[in-house]
Amino acid sequence: MTAPVVSRVGSLTRVSSERAGLLSLVLVGVALLSVGARWVSGTIAVLILVLAALVVVGWITLAVLGSPETKRALAPYGLLKPGSMWLAMFYLAPLWTLLTSSLSAKKTRFDVFPTFSWEFSNYGKAFSDFGPQFGRAFLYAGIATFITILIGYPIAYVIAFRCGKYRNILLGLVVIPFFTSYLIRTIAWTSILADSGPVVNILNSLSLTGVLESLNIMDNGKLINTPAAVIGGLTYNFLPFMILPIYVSLEKIDVRLVDAAQDLYSSAARAFRKIVVPLSVPGVFAGTLLTFIPAAGDFVNAQFLGNPNTTMIGNSIQDQFLRQNNYPVASAMSFVLMAIITVLVIVYSRFFGTADLA
Amino acid sequence: MSVTTKRGRVGRIALNVFAGFGFIYLFLPIAFIVAFSFNQPKGKFNIVWQRFTLENWTDPFSDTALTDAFVTSLKIAAVSTLIATFLGSMIAIALSRYRFRGSAAYNFLLVLPLTTPEIVLGSSLATLFLGQSMVDFGFGTIVIAHAMFQVSFVALTVRARIRGFDWTLEQAAQDLGASPVRTFWKVTFPLILPGISAASLLAFALSLDDFIITFFNAGSTLTFPLRIFGASRVELPPQINVLASVILVVTVSIMAVGSLLGQRRRRRLGQTA
Repeated sequence: MTAPVVSRVGSLTRVSSERAGLLSLVLVGVALLSVGARWVSGTIAVLILVLAALVVVGWITLAVLGSPETKRALAPYGLLKPGSMWLAMFYLAPLWTLLTSSLSAKKTRFDVFPTFSWEFSNYGKAFSDFGPQFGRAFLYAGIATFITILIGYPIAYVIAFRCGKYRNILLGLVVIPFFTSYLIRTIAWTSILADSGPVVNILNSLSLTGVLESLNIMDNGKLINTPAAVIGGLTYNFLPFMILPIYVSLEKIDVRLVDAAQDLYSSAARAFRKIVVPLSVPGVFAGTLLTFIPAAGDFVNAQFLGNPNTTMIGNSIQDQFLRQNNYPVASAMSFVLMAIITVLVIVYSRFFGTADLA
Repeated sequence: MSVTTKRGRVGRIALNVFAGFGFIYLFLPIAFIVAFSFNQPKGKFNIVWQRFTLENWTDPFSDTALTDAFVTSLKIAAVSTLIATFLGSMIAIALSRYRFRGSAAYNFLLVLPLTTPEIVLGSSLATLFLGQSMVDFGFGTIVIAHAMFQVSFVALTVRARIRGFDWTLEQAAQDLGASPVRTFWKVTFPLILPGISAASLLAFALSLDDFIITFFNAGSTLTFPLRIFGASRVELPPQINVLASVILVVTVSIMAVGSLLGQRRRRRLGQTA
């Protein structure tokens, strides 16, 4: 084939067309972002959209008529373009409108949509009125994440090392709860934990209620509508998200490493601590993110399993946004939630980080 | 692992028992959902066990509002999964097939929607739609909202599945005179299809079950989870459990058949190789 020769001759056009591809990708993304985020409006917005369309048309013309080398260099940008436009419009632009909405105010009580006015007091309100909800969201999510590690790690370990050919079946079993609706699963816990339900009955007959009450898990003989029930619901709903990534990292471990350690007179416990645990850290890391992030923003568990004193920040955002139509304060809370989680994730990945999240 | 002390054996058994309890924990609510589909509730809330009946199963679709909502959910999932599979697969191919400038930054952009809490995704998208006067909340906005997070999900899943793909096969096909288009449809596409279909099935399930993001962008349209949530304040009919059990059985069978077919396919490929 003549491909190598062409590539040497065409390396110059290759670099420049690569630049053109990257530039057009960024340009189209920014164009759609600016229209979505309402930086521009009216005639200018139409002009920008026409420009973006022209870039896409130009790119297609180049890809059809250009030399094979140009085509090759442009291909990835072309493939990325539709998806990037989608993400720019419906992921990045909304974050911007969320920010502007959080700095807006309703001029009168009857305004449907608030106008932008650098209204920083929304953030003050978000913290002063909903501080406890923020605190509970991170506390409950943190505890739930910790418990999912305690429960999930042994399960993943047993599936990875003790189950031989039944591994895949057991993995399938771990995912099966996902096939019933999240809401229905959570509602099922209201039956299980109900005052006349099986769990309370068993605890009563074992006369463990006193112990659990002194541990603040039960409240006046009730299990439902307590903080423990909310945390339990969060733990349950996100447990598979912890088991699966831990399993993936355990499965990659070469069992001969453990055998070698034991041949060299390491105890089983020490081999586990020095070999298995360090190699499974990436799984625990991914699982923690997959559990903590959705748990911190959840409001379903607190809604069904909690009481008015266990509401989390998700409940407040949902209530302010959809019931009170108080978009500015709800947006401010949303934005703060995202900011805190982003900071936590960055700090956390500094300590345990792996590059590969997916 | 040749030498097993008594303490070690006790530890092993304890660990297995613990994992067994873990599985019971995972399946307890599922068992309850199925069991309560056979309950004859007193009053409007199917929460407390009364007595066994087959009545609910004689007409699983008697709660028309619930059935309608489920059909809406299926339609939304179909459209949004189609969009997301198309966009996401293209991204995945671009990222694993080519090395190019900006790919690291692009990977980061892809992961972002999945590490943003759903409530932030839902409320931010709602602020985008609120500002556009020509947008009405409903079917369209839900489709956009679902496809938004599905794109990232499909792209990352497909990329993970085709990571080991041997792209020199394409060169081989073209060396033998196949056109790029023919190469794609005859060589590349059949080989990456299992990854794409697995990703789109999972994306479909995610859309069907999504509640929080949908809640913010639905307007008056009711999806299956939204209908359950709305109804849960005034009633919880056993039909919810019946439908949930049906969905469970159907999806588990699809999964079982799929994995059996996959095994057979792998065995067949193994024989020809």
